[in-house]
Amino acid sequence: MLLRHTPKEITERSALTINPAKTCQPIGAMYAALGIHGCLPHSHGSQGCCAYHRSTLTRHYKEPISASTSSFTEGASVFGGQANMLQAIDNIFAVYDPEVIAIHTTCLSETIGDDLKQIKKKAEAEGKIPKGKEIISASTPSYVGSHVTGFSSMVTSMAKLAEPTGKKNGKLNIIPGWVEPADMEEIKRLLNLLGVRSILFPDTSGVLNGPLSGEFKMFPEGGVTVKELKSTGDSIGTLALGEWCSAEAARWLDAKHKVPCRVLDLPYGLKATDRFIDVLRTLAGVSVPEEIALERGQLVDMISDMHQYLYHQKVALVGDPDQMIAMTEFLVSLDMWPMHIVTGTPGKRFEERIEAITKDLPYQVNVRAKGDMYLLHQWIKNDPVDLLIGNTYCKYIARDEDLPLVRFGFPILDRQGHQYFPTVGYKGGLRLLEKILSALLDRKDRDAPEQSFELVL
Amino acid sequence: MSSTNNTDQPAWEPAKVKAEILKRYPAKVARKRAKQILINEALGNETPEISANIRTTPGIITMRGCTYAGCKGVIMGPTRDIVNLVHGPIGCSFYAWLTRRNQTDAGPDGANFMTYAFSTDMQDSDIIFGGEKKLTTAIQEAYDLFHPKSIAIFATCPVGLIGDDIHTVAKRMKEKFGDCNVYAFSCEGYKGVSQSAGHHIANNQVFRHIVGENDEVKPGRYKINLLGEYNIGGDGFEIDRIFKKCGITNIATFSGNSTYDQFASAHTADLNAVMCHRSINYVADMLETKYGIPWIKVNFIGADATAKSLRKIAQYFGDQALTDTVERVIAEEMPAVLAARSDVRARTEGKTAMLFVGGSRAHHYQELFTELGMKTISAGYEFAHRDDYEGRQVIPTLEVDADSRNIEEIRVEADPTRYQPRKTPEELKALTEAGYKFKHYEGLIPDMEQGSIVIDDLNQYEAERLVELLKPDLFCAGIKEKFSIQKLGVPMKQLHSYDSGGPYAGFLGAINFYHEIDRLVNSRVWSYMKAPWQQHPELSASYVWE
Repeated sequence: MLLRHTPKEITERSALTINPAKTCQPIGAMYAALGIHGCLPHSHGSQGCCAYHRSTLTRHYKEPISASTSSFTEGASVFGGQANMLQAIDNIFAVYDPEVIAIHTTCLSETIGDDLKQIKKKAEAEGKIPKGKEIISASTPSYVGSHVTGFSSMVTSMAKLAEPTGKKNGKLNIIPGWVEPADMEEIKRLLNLLGVRSILFPDTSGVLNGPLSGEFKMFPEGGVTVKELKSTGDSIGTLALGEWCSAEAARWLDAKHKVPCRVLDLPYGLKATDRFIDVLRTLAGVSVPEEIALERGQLVDMISDMHQYLYHQKVALVGDPDQMIAMTEFLVSLDMWPMHIVTGTPGKRFEERIEAITKDLPYQVNVRAKGDMYLLHQWIKNDPVDLLIGNTYCKYIARDEDLPLVRFGFPILDRQGHQYFPTVGYKGGLRLLEKILSALLDRKDRDAPEQSFELVL
Repeated sequence: MSSTNNTDQPAWEPAKVKAEILKRYPAKVARKRAKQILINEALGNETPEISANIRTTPGIITMRGCTYAGCKGVIMGPTRDIVNLVHGPIGCSFYAWLTRRNQTDAGPDGANFMTYAFSTDMQDSDIIFGGEKKLTTAIQEAYDLFHPKSIAIFATCPVGLIGDDIHTVAKRMKEKFGDCNVYAFSCEGYKGVSQSAGHHIANNQVFRHIVGENDEVKPGRYKINLLGEYNIGGDGFEIDRIFKKCGITNIATFSGNSTYDQFASAHTADLNAVMCHRSINYVADMLETKYGIPWIKVNFIGADATAKSLRKIAQYFGDQALTDTVERVIAEEMPAVLAARSDVRARTEGKTAMLFVGGSRAHHYQELFTELGMKTISAGYEFAHRDDYEGRQVIPTLEVDADSRNIEEIRVEADPTRYQPRKTPEELKALTEAGYKFKHYEGLIPDMEQGSIVIDDLNQYEAERLVELLKPDLFCAGIKEKFSIQKLGVPMKQLHSYDSGGPYAGFLGAINFYHEIDRLVNSRVWSYMKAPWQQHPELSASYVWE
């Protein structure tokens, strides 16, 4: 047994987190910043933070992740990191020449109280920022929230580039949330089909799903441009997908520049995608083309075709709040039974949303915001399930409990495809459903006695 | 498009390569980097000096990690029966959770915490009001849940800044429990200039709090410790297999697949064999001073190096029975190695490699490339010190700068009751006169060819330029470097955690490595970089039907 020391009996812990279902803010800020064209994310702290985030993102995407660091020493930690940051700005523009440096803080620079805005002012005053180049920054203390919070903070910093001209640009701002490059691509495809002109930010498609062609481009073609970000203040509205990932930036644009916003769930599965398309149609004043109706029908078709294998199957799931909310709703819509749901990101509303989505089920779900995978495993030991959904770390629980596992979320370190095949929209719903069915049916084929092993399923 | 460099003459003069790389830097950075990029002109006994173990330049995309990574990730990570509790915000614990491929055998006692991440998950209130109370409670909760032999506490950056006294908390809890050794590591990420400081902090505490805790005499005739071997991809398992076959007892591995008790018993061994000089040579020194155990440098990367290291161990014990067994084992193991080598070498001969990894691996792995007939044209370490490049003779002359000064050096004296020289002065003299070298490591530079380029703390930009200019057939570094190199159409082998595969140590490991390198440098995929229409655009002008 890989997790042999995990007992079935649950005791409350007040100080010890075991097998976390979250990580820290800066990696989210780094991922978001990679969705800006020509951007070099910069980690203002010890070089280990940057190394860890780059390693994790590299292993998840199997792509180069370029990001720099202030490489704090003990001296910088005592006297402040301003000198390191100023030196870094010089070196970054000289050696890498990005369009934008997106700086995020760490627990180290936050604890000593470095003020990035003040450092930027000093850099400007000293002429360290070449003309036409930008520096944006986000405060991402690791001891608050989670990686999701850091993502949201960096996305908000992108929105703060907005420079309204007073003339509307006829576009919708779309904040896709912490989804895969393939998902961002899929959202853009749907927007195109609907004929909605948009600014999608961040946009990691074309950045983290690049080709192998014998050339290394440190700054690939993809990403939202600074020009587009500046124009977000002129947009007719903002559609934010995911309360935890995206709402803050949308609300900031609303409050600051009167760009009205709507916040929806991430469009995973049938119902959330229905709402996404329907709201887009209403906001943009367009009609939904037949192609999209066809895709929806295909998803409904597969649900109906394979319903017998989904019905009342028990599921445990762990991941980030926006993902878990949409996924739980999808599972309920399939007549599956989500039993245990954990997210590591704090927030009371999470438990309320899950309880609302599952209120008609004939049992009480186990749900915990600020939970961990150790707790999830104990819940599974007490009330077994048929399927586990979560990131790569779940494979240890899956193996010990002999459960089929669908890899979903971040990070996925041992399988590929997430950067190429979307899981949002109806097409993405088909893929999620295919993955769930394959996991369940592979297990059925593995376990069926010879006399009831069947050719046709 | 092939990147193969088949010519014997380098396309670029080393001096021009260096100048080309430095050209892009601001003057101050160029001056600093110039001292860390060395064209190997080793002649006779003259080893040129390189600048190493100095600060990383802010803003330069470095390969290096931090002190915490070196302490918790590298040294303490592979010890299976200690609960490694990270005191800090969640990230540090998360990123060091199963991300190094230290293989582990839970053994008959079944204790294995390798698959767990333990953290105090500090929140802003802990930063403001102090985290000692939360740490105390977390230690208690870990003890109540698991009853481990030992709990280790690791400090992350904010812990040192807010002044949590983790050592006092650890001491109090150790006294309270009575049956669980609790100790702490002040391994904040900002200390030192790289992982190397973390290795030192970890090893010091292991020496101070664990080594010597168990005086029980273990069975075995030829008892050694293997220092600086981390069982990535099962390397340690392969070395242990060979030791067992030779009748050599490995009391403690520091620290691949290790246990608390191995560390506790390390002082009962009769020889310390040092694999990774960088991460642990000072522990070997301390074990000698305190307990009288001599140490030698070994290397089990490369089949020939493995044979040489086994003979070196046998020579130390000076027992014909052991010498005979070692020779028999080498004779048994080598035919399969040589068969694989001659098969693969036909396809690897003359190819070139670059190695930028670790504090020893960039040296050790050159053995395997030599066995494959491949030439290492450029190499360097990520976190080594000058002695790892130039040899131990420079140690007395090393300058202690502001960053190194705060990394503790433990002063050790002979243990009043347990110091016991393993060899008489006469025996040592006889061995030395026969050419046997104790405490000896010549470093990487003397083993590299003239005109090769040695680079300390290589960064992403330099790596890209080197590959573009010198077009090696293979590049070796870490996961962060892997894909920017491969985008250039050059295969990249990760030599920290190997990506996949291994073991590469010992005899079976050498065979694995030959096949892996054959796979990498001869893969068909590198011929797919351009589509047919990109290779011959002139043919795409009109519809032509046969």
